[in-house]
Amino acid sequence: MSLDLHVVIDALKTNLPDTILDVKTFRGETTLLIKKEKIREVCHYLKKDFDFKFVVDITAVDYLEFKRPRFEVIYYLHRFGPEFDENMRIRLKVEVSEEDLKVDSVVPVWSGANWLEREVYDMFGIEFVGHPDLRRILMPEDYEPFPLRKDFDVRDREASKKSFERALREGE
Amino acid sequence: MNVGAGFKPAPTILGMERVEFITEEVIDEESGFRRETMMLNMGPQHPSTHGVLRVVLHLSGETVVKAVPYIGYLHRGIEKLCEHITYQMCLPYTDRMDYVASICNNIGFILAVEKLLGIEKEIPERAKVAEVILFELGRIESHLLGIGTNAMDLGAVSAFLYCFKERERIYDILEMVCGARLTTSYPRVGGLPDDLPENFEGAVRNFLKVFPTTLAEVDKLLTRNRIWVERTKGVAYVSAEDAIDLGLTGPALRGSGVPYDVRKALPYLGYENYDFEIPVSTDGDAYARYLCRLEEMHQSLRIIAQALNNLPDGPYIADLPEVVLPRKELTYKRMESLIRHFVLVYEGFKPPPGEIYHAVENPKGELGYYLVSDGSGKPYRMRVRGPSFVNLQALPKMVEGAFIADVIAAIGSIDIVLGEVDR
Repeated sequence: MSLDLHVVIDALKTNLPDTILDVKTFRGETTLLIKKEKIREVCHYLKKDFDFKFVVDITAVDYLEFKRPRFEVIYYLHRFGPEFDENMRIRLKVEVSEEDLKVDSVVPVWSGANWLEREVYDMFGIEFVGHPDLRRILMPEDYEPFPLRKDFDVRDREASKKSFERALREGE
Repeated sequence: MNVGAGFKPAPTILGMERVEFITEEVIDEESGFRRETMMLNMGPQHPSTHGVLRVVLHLSGETVVKAVPYIGYLHRGIEKLCEHITYQMCLPYTDRMDYVASICNNIGFILAVEKLLGIEKEIPERAKVAEVILFELGRIESHLLGIGTNAMDLGAVSAFLYCFKERERIYDILEMVCGARLTTSYPRVGGLPDDLPENFEGAVRNFLKVFPTTLAEVDKLLTRNRIWVERTKGVAYVSAEDAIDLGLTGPALRGSGVPYDVRKALPYLGYENYDFEIPVSTDGDAYARYLCRLEEMHQSLRIIAQALNNLPDGPYIADLPEVVLPRKELTYKRMESLIRHFVLVYEGFKPPPGEIYHAVENPKGELGYYLVSDGSGKPYRMRVRGPSFVNLQALPKMVEGAFIADVIAAIGSIDIVLGEVDR
């Protein structure tokens, strides 16, 4: 591999100091915990200087029973190498607390982040500041709860009933 | 298609209030005619949207000014459902995402769980090679449907029938191996649940012999067919930069000239040992994607032939008592096996706490599973990065400024499956 992951991490540490809070490796995958306010800056930097042109996935996890801040938003980036074996992947993470459910959107960096961020908003209620079109994507538009949160009650049908009845009323 | 007439607002369906009914009125300077854009609902029940996709089109004459896809009609909450069941029980849910190539989803999920457990090295070679064969059969199956329906939507019904005839053969092989044709739920964590049937090798060899003829026939029917070429060439264009920026994967990305394939970039199942090429076309239109799919089927045949020649004998499932179920006969005879069987079914195996992402090259693009384990027998979070979901967001870019008939060609050329878009 022509470019080592350590080079990227060291460059981040020198050029954007105090952004990396933690580095973890599990099963050969490196995860960087990034300061929430700096995420767009880090993404811009990685795209511009290290050619991470491709956003593979954006998702979130709700660690309700485990820790505070409660949510983690996960970014999975890819860099195309000139050869197949020079491809590189990196995972970034930001922690989002329940009191301040806002993260800077990375749609200005990669337009492919658009639907991925909409899905995170739809499922977790995390707001992406600066997103051009932040609305629900899979659930009905007037649906209230956020289904992938851990405190969502799967047996509670009230919210879906409300949306369904509204749809019936308005369809007449 | 229901045309929203200009006299009264169309009935509001959920989410519609954000779409203005008539967006603008323009007086044409040359002719003095008044023009207005019309809103047209394509879907959710439209035969060429491949499921329940709804696209709200804003039209000026026949030209699409704006296209807004609405998805979620098939949302079943698979990610939420999987948080409540053991890893092994998640497997049948993965069939129901990309149901056109369910075996590829299954293998992708199994590989992700094996990576989470850290047992990739223990998987016997026979299981890996068999999974490669099935994976490539799944790819051919999906590409046949992709090309066939794309052609049918544009009026070339005969190509569709040729494709479906061959899909039957693949279904027969899958039925022989796992008992199910469509929803396979086949491999297990650790390898194959049972050894391959005796006539498996013969059946696949027979398929390898017969299939190229049909492939040549489809090629003859479409590749230089004037109507097909005119309907797809230059249609739904995406440049290489836009394709990367939008996160496209699979034939949609390779059709734009980016030689990216997970099988080469991040090899799994020993794909690095096979000799095959990644077909790339630089045109970036629907025709280029069609050519990529066609060539990928040839390459899949090459991989299957190599795999068949190297299919080793020996164990087909790993010897890992803490993960793999004991053989059914033993549970009748031995107390220890019965207890182990009970615990594995009831509680499941317990991966160490951690998180992994594993990607496979599904026929439609990169399918990724992001698994978070909290040390219990159930996934704390299972996220599926469906290729169709990400690829579909390129649709507005492809069709804006094109004719309404090109929308059909564009949807067919991205080759989406709504089960995977909505999950």
